[in-house]
Amino acid sequence: MSNQGVDPGRRRFLTLTTTVVGGAGAVAAAWPFLASLRPSERAKALGAPVSIDISKVEPGQRVTVAWRGKPVWVVRRTPEMLESLPKVDAELRDPNSDEAQQPDYAKNEARSIRPDVLVMVGSCTHLGCSPTFRPDHPAPEVDPNWQGGFYCPCHGSKFDMAGRVYKGVPAPLNLLVPPHHFEGDNTIVVGVDPVGAA
Amino acid sequence: MATVQNPYKTTGILGWIDDRFPLTKLWKDQWGDYYAPKNFNWWYIFGILSLVVLVNQLLTGIFLTMHYKPDAAKAWDSVEYIMRDVPWGNIIRYLHSTGASAFFIVVYLHMYRGLLYGSYRKPRELIWVFGCLIFLCLMAEAFCGYVLPWGQMSYWGAQVIISLFGAIPVIGGDLVIWIQGDYIPSDATLNRLFSLHVIAVPFVLVGLVVAHLIALHEVGSGSPDGVEIKKLTNPETGYPLDGIPSHPYYTVKDMLGVGVFLIIFLGVVFLAPDGGGYLLEKPNFQEANPLVTPNHITPAWYFGAFYAILRAIPNKLMGVIGMFAAVLVLFTLPWLDRSPVKSIRHKGWMYKTALALFTIAFILLCYFGMQPPTPEGTLISRIGSFIYFGFFLFMPIYSKLDKTTPVPERVTYEAH
Repeated sequence: MSNQGVDPGRRRFLTLTTTVVGGAGAVAAAWPFLASLRPSERAKALGAPVSIDISKVEPGQRVTVAWRGKPVWVVRRTPEMLESLPKVDAELRDPNSDEAQQPDYAKNEARSIRPDVLVMVGSCTHLGCSPTFRPDHPAPEVDPNWQGGFYCPCHGSKFDMAGRVYKGVPAPLNLLVPPHHFEGDNTIVVGVDPVGAA
Repeated sequence: MATVQNPYKTTGILGWIDDRFPLTKLWKDQWGDYYAPKNFNWWYIFGILSLVVLVNQLLTGIFLTMHYKPDAAKAWDSVEYIMRDVPWGNIIRYLHSTGASAFFIVVYLHMYRGLLYGSYRKPRELIWVFGCLIFLCLMAEAFCGYVLPWGQMSYWGAQVIISLFGAIPVIGGDLVIWIQGDYIPSDATLNRLFSLHVIAVPFVLVGLVVAHLIALHEVGSGSPDGVEIKKLTNPETGYPLDGIPSHPYYTVKDMLGVGVFLIIFLGVVFLAPDGGGYLLEKPNFQEANPLVTPNHITPAWYFGAFYAILRAIPNKLMGVIGMFAAVLVLFTLPWLDRSPVKSIRHKGWMYKTALALFTIAFILLCYFGMQPPTPEGTLISRIGSFIYFGFFLFMPIYSKLDKTTPVPERVTYEAH
């Protein structure tokens, strides 16, 4: 094949523009495939808020409900449990809840709207296991200064009675407080912030 | 128009094919006329065994897929159906589940052969890199497959592994939801892992195996002495003096090795398919329950070492990076080893010590990765992780300082 009469500049330009247009086309074609992996409309609908009736939850008791398929705990804390919170401050990674692991309306010592009612997502912030409820204390096999809390059996992470994480464990953050609000005294709606709170 | 006759002058049906497709050429290049060192020892059996296990996995997998249902509501029941109602279904599933563990055993030993005899050294770097890619595919394949029975360990294992991606800053949370296709591991997750397990990953895996073998048969096999047999050839025939054709010599040897392997493998399949809880873990005999975590989540044994490294690092992101780095560092091995010799037979005490420490560390990591977290276990895992990475990171230094003995012209061989 002869290259006589070929304009190399024109050929280079055409090769380049074809590559660019074809490349953009390939990227655009990849989008529907990648986007199809996102949660479907059905999955999103199933992520709707849930209501919990807490009238039958005794002080010191925990109940678990599913929200977006994750366990959400409601713990009715006793005054003794609330008093235990400051006793472990020195051993915690984030005692003042500075990391955004809770809505602003739950950024307080008890990490809750009402001090006696703790609402929390029961998945460890390390790798998503569900920690066990260990209100019993002392429990030297968990921690020498154990005042009650949550212990993750997967990798040994420890949390206090407000879901605040201990130092020196794999979990990096306090347990997550989901958006929630009260409807009356005995009903909690998980998944929706209180009116007026962002 | 007459066809151009093939250079092998084959006739009949074979000749007809050879005139149109390089069948005889492929056979001769890849096996029949492929000269390998005559002093291969039993460390060289694990390549062919990997191939045998691969065929087992493909074959049993095809038949399992005919009965399995990739649906979170039906998956568990369909596996029980295979175990109880499908004729021979339990044997087919045990062949597949035991095959997964067997795959890692033979591949780990195959890679260890590489460490012993420097099989990754020039000109075999690409063979090693293809091998590492195969190992990566194998890990992905094993993970996806493990989730499919939708038992407790399947479910929570998936939860733990997928949430590793949540450690990536900024995009982590959204990435996890995208991978899962839902807010938690669910039907959508199971379905996509099924797709990856039965088509996407095996497709890539088989392609990589072909590339691995083409690269090997292009440059030729290494030897336990690190001697390149292509250097000394018979001037009349052009064949290596220390080489023998794979067929019939290694065909026969490999058949014996495969026989011994099958006795052990089938012994496990028939007599101890759950391997005392190590091959099929007890929590996986319970159906997945998103609200109850098993008390102790263990990875499958073959991920134990990498899981131990993840746990040893007390920072989530660094732990995840450490775990992936432990796999990725393997790729760089051909360029880390600066020793003038390939085989451990001619390396000095430094490499021998380093490899011994690495071996012990790897086994300890595997063990403690499967145990519940304890302070002692964490400490040993931390030391083990340092040794694991130290073996690679300091290799450019100690492999250069090490005293080596000269490599002979010919391979070590005693007639028998």
